[in-house]
Amino acid sequence: MIPLFPLAGAALMLLIGRRLPNIGVNVVCVGSVLLSMCFAFGAIWQLIARPAAERVVNFNLFDWVPAGVMHTNAGRVMDFHVPWGVLMDPLTAVMLLVVAGVGFLIHVYSTGYMAHEGGYYRFFGYLNLFMFSMLTLILANNLLLLFVGWEGVGLCSYLLIGFYFLRKSASDAGKKAFIVNRIGDAGFLLGLFLMLGTLGTIQFTELGPAIAAGNFAIGNGTLTAIALLLFVGATGKSAQLPLYVWLPDAMEGPTPVSALIHAATMVTAGVYMIARTNAVFSMAPRALEVVAVVGCVTSLFAATMGLVQNDIKRVLAYSTVSQLGYMFLACGVGAFTAGVFHLMTHAFFKALLFLGSGSVIHSLSGEQDMRKMGALWTKIPTTARTFLVASIAIAGIPPLAGFFSKDAILGHAFEHSPILWLLGFITAGMTAFYMFRLVNMTFFGTSRVDHEVEHHIHESPSSMTVPLTILAVLSVIGGWIGWPESLGGSDRFAQFLGPVMSRQGGEAAEAAGAAHAASGSSTEYLLMLLSVAIAAAGIWLAYRWYIQHTEVPGKIASNFGGLYRLLYNKYYVDQIYDAMFVNRVKDLALTLGAFDVGVINGLGVDGAGWLTRITSRVSMAWDTWIVDGLVNLAARVVWVLSYPVRMLQTGRVSRYALFMLLGVLIFLGYYLHSSGITLQNLLH
Amino acid sequence: MIPTSHYLFLSLGLFTIGVIGVVTRRNVIIILMSIELMLNAVNINLVAFSRLVGSAEGHVFAIFVITDAAAEAAVGLGIIIAFFRNRETLLGDEMDLLKW
Repeated sequence: MIPLFPLAGAALMLLIGRRLPNIGVNVVCVGSVLLSMCFAFGAIWQLIARPAAERVVNFNLFDWVPAGVMHTNAGRVMDFHVPWGVLMDPLTAVMLLVVAGVGFLIHVYSTGYMAHEGGYYRFFGYLNLFMFSMLTLILANNLLLLFVGWEGVGLCSYLLIGFYFLRKSASDAGKKAFIVNRIGDAGFLLGLFLMLGTLGTIQFTELGPAIAAGNFAIGNGTLTAIALLLFVGATGKSAQLPLYVWLPDAMEGPTPVSALIHAATMVTAGVYMIARTNAVFSMAPRALEVVAVVGCVTSLFAATMGLVQNDIKRVLAYSTVSQLGYMFLACGVGAFTAGVFHLMTHAFFKALLFLGSGSVIHSLSGEQDMRKMGALWTKIPTTARTFLVASIAIAGIPPLAGFFSKDAILGHAFEHSPILWLLGFITAGMTAFYMFRLVNMTFFGTSRVDHEVEHHIHESPSSMTVPLTILAVLSVIGGWIGWPESLGGSDRFAQFLGPVMSRQGGEAAEAAGAAHAASGSSTEYLLMLLSVAIAAAGIWLAYRWYIQHTEVPGKIASNFGGLYRLLYNKYYVDQIYDAMFVNRVKDLALTLGAFDVGVINGLGVDGAGWLTRITSRVSMAWDTWIVDGLVNLAARVVWVLSYPVRMLQTGRVSRYALFMLLGVLIFLGYYLHSSGITLQNLLH
Repeated sequence: MIPTSHYLFLSLGLFTIGVIGVVTRRNVIIILMSIELMLNAVNINLVAFSRLVGSAEGHVFAIFVITDAAAEAAVGLGIIIAFFRNRETLLGDEMDLLKW
């Protein structure tokens, strides 16, 4: 029900939106999202009202793929069918909150941001279509339906990245995102099929029982393979190593899109999917380790690149990749709850950061280069303040949202492996540094804004600043529901999500919970203290280098020129991919093209054509000379034989009359002759 | 009393003239007139034999033939007029439509 409103909105927009005025577009699109948000909140409210053990609603709307009886690899017989169904449990509720809530705010924001852009209806049509797909994704009760939403959001992502399709870089970025996602999707699909073949079900609620019924050992090879394949899908969608390359380029899209799709919702689909299938992942510790290491390395890797970028949106993009790495790290160490918690808080403050940067870009008439900003604090106060709040939140300063979620992840990581914790810890410091580098370069210091742009600086309209403010409030208080026990809270978030994870996850999650309880709270305090300290250090460093001693970064860049260039050029990953894969594929395509032209076309098609021509000549000759010849011969024989008869047929009436007379005379003569009458005795 | 054979010879002469007219003349109106001649030759035959036998049936039949000849002349002239309108000719040897 909830996804239908945006679907209707999207259909309306894409069909007749061209003829509607902007105000009509606003009413339809924003209204449809508002409706679905209200319904979503209503559903969440009903869910919370239930007792904790019964917080799962699973109903099927209709049977979608009735496939009949099948045998699994393990030899069990399953009646396999895929329903089009909805699963509502605490995990869905959290995602619904994020998607519907943040989605609505961004819709409102977009009405301000896109007001002067062409293709207004098209933008909102795509945005609504995205909302529909995303809601389908999170409400799906089986992996196949999730995949439908998964592909839907991928499509909308492509359409919206390439929104300014007249710009080559934008359409290229769209294609890149789509193709890189396809690589991941291939893994996802393989994992899905393998899961189907092994477990015989892809219903989320049946995964746990199916695993239990199959008597799989922990670390079972097939389950590990399933988990890894699904993770490949997640790396594509959630921009992890090695498939993260599309996300920074995706910043070519309009900024609200970056906020909605490439920060708050779509890219977290991978995390959501892993949390959803945690039953499988919990049975595959190897796969979990891969997830953890990939997540951790990605977060560090992306953070280093974020340190030196100059485009305001690209910094945020790398920051997103980095934060997504955190979420995977959390999932990888078995702390699915912490991962989803970070997903939620991240959605708040990263959406806020992107919308804030959009507001900055808007006020500077489209300028995205931070080197041409500065001293905007007093000129666009609302944007600046909300942006600062979000930066503090992402840096992990208590009591803002980022602190709680990030700390939960780091705490779990430390229990799992101190090395992972150390990497995450360093990343946290870098996060604080690059975020405040951004803040300082944009809002403080001296103004480096172009002269003619400077006159036009204006605060954004209220349709943009109100969502900013709301998100800022959420960024502050969003983390409080996960207030950890060691600080006197009750971590209600973990309690809320706990049933989903432990019921499906089985022993592994319980073990993690036990380990969590066992670890002394003194360690926890120390870890918190340390992460706050490194965040503060990052902020201080950024302050010192970008406000007090602005010459330092330049000096460092020139002293460590090689490193700087390496980072600035994003480790040359794009170039390496180009050289290793893209160009190889192109070469392959060229070779195949030549093969096509030469062999298939030349030998196959043209040869067949030549052969056909020859045979047709032969058969034509046969037809002309033999078949036709026989017919003509018969005709000619008849013609020759008919010559005397034809001569009689002159067509003249008088000639016919003559013949008639002759005939009568002959008959008369014959009669007279045969009856013995002669002229002689006739006269007597 | 004129013997019957005289009538027959007259009839034969008229009929032969009619036949030759039909076969040799080109103008269809002449041909039509020749046909009338042939019909009248037949009438003379009928009446002569009727008188020889002493019955009135031959006379009656001759009157029918005369009626028929009148009808035939009317229809024939109508056809000729229609034909002339289409082909603008009255010559029998140009009437070669029977062989397409």
